[in-house]
Amino acid sequence: MKIAITTTGNDLNSPLCERFGRTPRFIVYDTDSGSFEVFDNSVNLNAPQGAGLQTAQNIARQGVSCVITGHCGPKAFTVLQKAGIKVFLAQGSMTVKEAITAFNEGKLQEAQSPDVEGHW
Amino acid sequence: MIIAVASGKGGTGKTTVAVNLAFVATPRPVQLLDCDVEEPNAHLFLGGQPIEKKEVSVMIPSVDEGKCSGCEECSNFCQFKALVVIGKTVLVFPELCHSCGGCRLVCPEQAITEVPRPIGVVETLQVRDDLTLIYGTLSIGVAMAPPLIREVKALASREVPLTIIDCPPGTSCPVVESVKGVDVILLVTEPTPFGLHDLTLAVDTIRTLGIPFGVVINKAGLNYSPLYDYLEKEKIPVLGEIPEDAAVAKAYAKGELPVYSVPGYRAKIEEIFRNLKALVNGLEKM
Repeated sequence: MKIAITTTGNDLNSPLCERFGRTPRFIVYDTDSGSFEVFDNSVNLNAPQGAGLQTAQNIARQGVSCVITGHCGPKAFTVLQKAGIKVFLAQGSMTVKEAITAFNEGKLQEAQSPDVEGHW
Repeated sequence: MIIAVASGKGGTGKTTVAVNLAFVATPRPVQLLDCDVEEPNAHLFLGGQPIEKKEVSVMIPSVDEGKCSGCEECSNFCQFKALVVIGKTVLVFPELCHSCGGCRLVCPEQAITEVPRPIGVVETLQVRDDLTLIYGTLSIGVAMAPPLIREVKALASREVPLTIIDCPPGTSCPVVESVKGVDVILLVTEPTPFGLHDLTLAVDTIRTLGIPFGVVINKAGLNYSPLYDYLEKEKIPVLGEIPEDAAVAKAYAKGELPVYSVPGYRAKIEEIFRNLKALVNGLEKM
């Protein structure tokens, strides 16, 4: 299964980025093989609006089943939901690796609705 | 002549000046356009007989999923990211759409048609025989002011000799839309650090647009000299100063017009209007 994690860095030891739409990068991690790939999201980092839904579209293209991020606004949540991608929220300073571990251990809660307003 | 009353900062007295000007300015009749469609309030002071009410819509895309191939051309084209493609499902976000119609044109499957999305209403009030008010009210939850402002301006009569436009505050798209095509802008400011800061932004915007303008200092008497230094340095014409006066605030709070209820106020407004006309006439001679 592939999961996407929003991050400010380039590897599994990088911090998880709590912002979804304006995350500088996201990592797509394969839980079966343990391999990962980094995707740049700087276009959306600087977008005046629509950042969340574009990031969601980019992530959906990678065929992931779940997203781990800090917060998720209404438009992004709508797109992810439509794409059948589950959203898991991880807050506090966590690395990507720690977030994946918490996810695997079932410690992260699945978001049933957006947890913040747009332009959060 | 078309005059826009604008300001960078909100609460400097745009509506107060515009409304009072609408009663004393000549030639008549006068039409006042309240383009502050996010919070129109001129009608609260003017009242009048409702003569027209028009619903305003913008066009947004509607996608026929039976025809959509999921090619993402529409989503890639849209500068405002109002369409998102997930597989063969296109999600439309109407609040982001600027109604350019481009998605419909680029769709190779002709799967996109345009449908109206109501954004607000424009109402016309006959205030007096010689004064008409046209104002727009944006619907709650709608953030797209410029199309409604365009509609307010489109409903204005071309026959009326004098049009006064009460602009929204700030310097962004709604303001630019409101002042487009006017002959002169009257910028209302106040002698405070906030007033000056936002005035400089407004001046930069108006100079970029190349529209003649002059400044009215409202609530004068607060002794904030940096404002005067700035106006002198930038050689900006001051059309008049309206003194800070509790009587004006009291009249405002009661919904009264200071030109009728505050001694000396009418003379100030007339003086400002004379100076404004002189400014425009001077420009015509140049």
